[in-house]
Amino acid sequence: MDKTANGIESYDVAIIGAGVCGASIARTLSRYKIRVALLEKEVDVSFGTSKANSGIVHGGFHHPGKYLKSRLEIEGAAQFDRLRRELGFPFTRCGILVAALHPDEMLAVEHLYRQGRENGAPGIELCSRERILELEPKLSPEVIGGLYAPSGGIVESYRFVFSMVESAKKNGVELFASFQVSGAQRSGEEWVLQSADGRTLRTRYAVNAAGLFADEVSRCFGAESFEISARKGEYFLLDRLAPCRPERVVFPVPSSVSKGMLVIPTVEGTTLIGPTADIVDDKTDVSTTAEKLALITASARSLVPSVSERDVITSFAGLRPVLGEDFYIDFSAKVPALVHVAGIQSPGLTASPAIGEYVKNLLLRDGLELSEDSSWDPYLPSPVKVRALAAAERSRLIAENPSYGNIVCRCEEISEGEIVDAIRRGHTTLDGVKFYTRAQMGRCQGGFCSYKIIKLIMRETGMTWDQVTKRGGSSFVLEGEL
Amino acid sequence: MNGFSCDAAVIGAGAAGMAAALSLHERGKSVMLVDREEAMGGILLQCIHNGFGLQHFGEELTGPEFASRFEQRVRAAGIPFRVGTTVLSLERTDSGFALGLSSSRRGYELIECRAVVLAMGSRERNRGNIRIAGSRPAGVFTAGLAQRLLNIDGYVPGKKAVIIGSGDIGLIMARRMTLSGAEVAAVVEIQSSPSGLTRNIAQCLNDFDIPLYLSHATLRILGRDRVTGVEIAPMENGAVQTGKSFVIGCDTVLLSVGLVPENELSARTGVALSQVTNGPLVDSRLMTSVPGVFAAGNVLHIHDLVDRVAEEAIRAGKSCADWLDSAGDPASGGHERGPEIPLRAGTNVRYAVPSSFDPSRATRVSLRSLVPFERARLVLTREGREVWSRKLSWVTPGEMIACDIPAGLSAGDAAGQGACTVSLTGDEGGSN
Repeated sequence: MDKTANGIESYDVAIIGAGVCGASIARTLSRYKIRVALLEKEVDVSFGTSKANSGIVHGGFHHPGKYLKSRLEIEGAAQFDRLRRELGFPFTRCGILVAALHPDEMLAVEHLYRQGRENGAPGIELCSRERILELEPKLSPEVIGGLYAPSGGIVESYRFVFSMVESAKKNGVELFASFQVSGAQRSGEEWVLQSADGRTLRTRYAVNAAGLFADEVSRCFGAESFEISARKGEYFLLDRLAPCRPERVVFPVPSSVSKGMLVIPTVEGTTLIGPTADIVDDKTDVSTTAEKLALITASARSLVPSVSERDVITSFAGLRPVLGEDFYIDFSAKVPALVHVAGIQSPGLTASPAIGEYVKNLLLRDGLELSEDSSWDPYLPSPVKVRALAAAERSRLIAENPSYGNIVCRCEEISEGEIVDAIRRGHTTLDGVKFYTRAQMGRCQGGFCSYKIIKLIMRETGMTWDQVTKRGGSSFVLEGEL
Repeated sequence: MNGFSCDAAVIGAGAAGMAAALSLHERGKSVMLVDREEAMGGILLQCIHNGFGLQHFGEELTGPEFASRFEQRVRAAGIPFRVGTTVLSLERTDSGFALGLSSSRRGYELIECRAVVLAMGSRERNRGNIRIAGSRPAGVFTAGLAQRLLNIDGYVPGKKAVIIGSGDIGLIMARRMTLSGAEVAAVVEIQSSPSGLTRNIAQCLNDFDIPLYLSHATLRILGRDRVTGVEIAPMENGAVQTGKSFVIGCDTVLLSVGLVPENELSARTGVALSQVTNGPLVDSRLMTSVPGVFAAGNVLHIHDLVDRVAEEAIRAGKSCADWLDSAGDPASGGHERGPEIPLRAGTNVRYAVPSSFDPSRATRVSLRSLVPFERARLVLTREGREVWSRKLSWVTPGEMIACDIPAGLSAGDAAGQGACTVSLTGDEGGSN
């Protein structure tokens, strides 16, 4: 423990923001003999942009090769198989289709194909009508052809972030939740960071991976004065029994501002449709709108006609941090020892493994000494998922720990034991438990299980009823006791 | 892994499951009754208001009292049961069915049985199902979840509530929230008539001066961390008048927008479901499309009164016992069964259960009207010809209609292949 004279913890690198970028940078740095702090303003990690997006590992054809993001997308996408083996989060390379419905759309598809070839996208092909319908029979009969990117895949972004943060913590990174950076002062060769609730820490380097709020964080450091705007994406989630669920991710032909509204077979068996793409003024506004939700269904149905509102179990919206055309990943030119990782919109999730490496290399070149820690362990034990177990295995597990026999969330078949595991790993809000375990994420949306989860949170943490929240802050769930 | 076998497994130990198990037991069948909650009784246990049992017991009981009478009978009969036990799987085998069970107490168990009664009840439709836009703050509950929190766990979900939908649970919760010290600012119903029972409008809203906004759509839920309000707008000529919208401030939203039979387990086993009710399609024996699988209670269709659930479940239990007696030996069933005549919902009828019937026997039909009538005629037609009718008064979509089609009705036409249609028409003149 490296403490300065006044007792303030001192780090080599402090990463501001525990979304997918911050988590990937933290895990990348965790293999070296340095002290790393990961700071998150929310009560849990992955509670911003990284919890509400499409969860796509992209195919490397959507963006021109001149952009840094195109390179990082290809490099990042290639790492997901290894990361899944190490970290155990759910990930499938189900492949991506872009479906053209008119001849002029086919011209745009051919452009994507050439772009993908130039970028080095693995295995992409142009499809005839027959070929694309063979790959995805649920597509509209009006499809005339399209593009197939077999390397594309699906992941649950929050589960990916949770596992990277767990791995980073296992290898020595310290996580500070509810730490909203409100000030940064230079002190000798270090930054002194203050949180809104009065905590302080010192660090040689700071990494600004604050997503939507990277502009505010930059201002705290007296660094560049860029403006991040928020682009909202609204979604519908459909039941796991929805007949429209395709085998592959289905994209429309993209427009100039977005990749369009998709039909996504999530890695957990549900179907996601969306997102819209609209710039909003308020960077905390994740509300949905009736008009946009109607657009999503219409758009999804034009690709996959069996999409039905009848199968909707919930709607939600997420915000993407928009800065310029490309990612902005570089040292500040105004202040020392600050790296900006800003404007990471799509394909940020796909690129995130490569962003971690990229930031590590920036720090290395600047003189941060990185010697590998021989005790570094890339592997995480997979969390227990009773749903996935065969009868005999399940039997053995319940015999060892009976709480895995008590099914708390009937829709997603999540046991008490799995919920307790999540709470003990620090996910102590209703949403934290939901995103970690999937309990409350199914068709009843917590109608049958949230009272049980409230009681488990109280039992495991010692919280009283008036401290339990949906997602931290003042999102208190209960208002009184009889 | 433990296992055992029985004649019939009953899935769900609410009113339907307990009644079906008792009726099977009375016929000498070995039964296993399974429920995922820690106690028998199902949703009745959180319904601490009265109004239950008038038909079945001839007296007014609370939900827990109604449940407890059945539970005592189940225990007295020595019917084996499992509580705290979830049925994970229901599979067909050569000799019947295999159920995979999970519980803390007994781990993973396998039941082998020849027949199954589905009695899993229903779940509440939620915000996503009716696509209410807006933010997603804390303080949005389905009415049944709020009822559970208040009546069993002892927590008050909010101080000022707006209730969306006028289903019975919502109306009951309007009164319950008021009695627990909370304010109920409004009950908002998109339809022009309430969807709950008339008596609940009187006793739960009118008696407490709670405003009911009929023909009002919910546009948005407002609030970041916790709910701050709900924006609603009137419906005129079938369209939402967004220009006339207004906000009702509240910290809590309770949703009472309908129930959906819980049939995911049934569907995985191949049980065919109705697109209207989401319940299994059943014949007059309440047997589903999978021979040996019966259904009763809210898993079949949504009932208005628990007494009717119990009545239906007793019939399902008896039919299941008949089927067990006759299966594999049709002659021993004591009754030769011909093909049943399909029964369809016609004019003004949302659905009718069962979806086929045997004209040689009397058949109980449960149905829901699409429109309210002061006086109506229930008409059964076959190939365009009226074969039976009955007069009804005070028909409303919120209340279930149960009627008995007499035996021998269309015996003359039994050779015909046409379906029967059940319709409702206004009966203004009172003639005919």
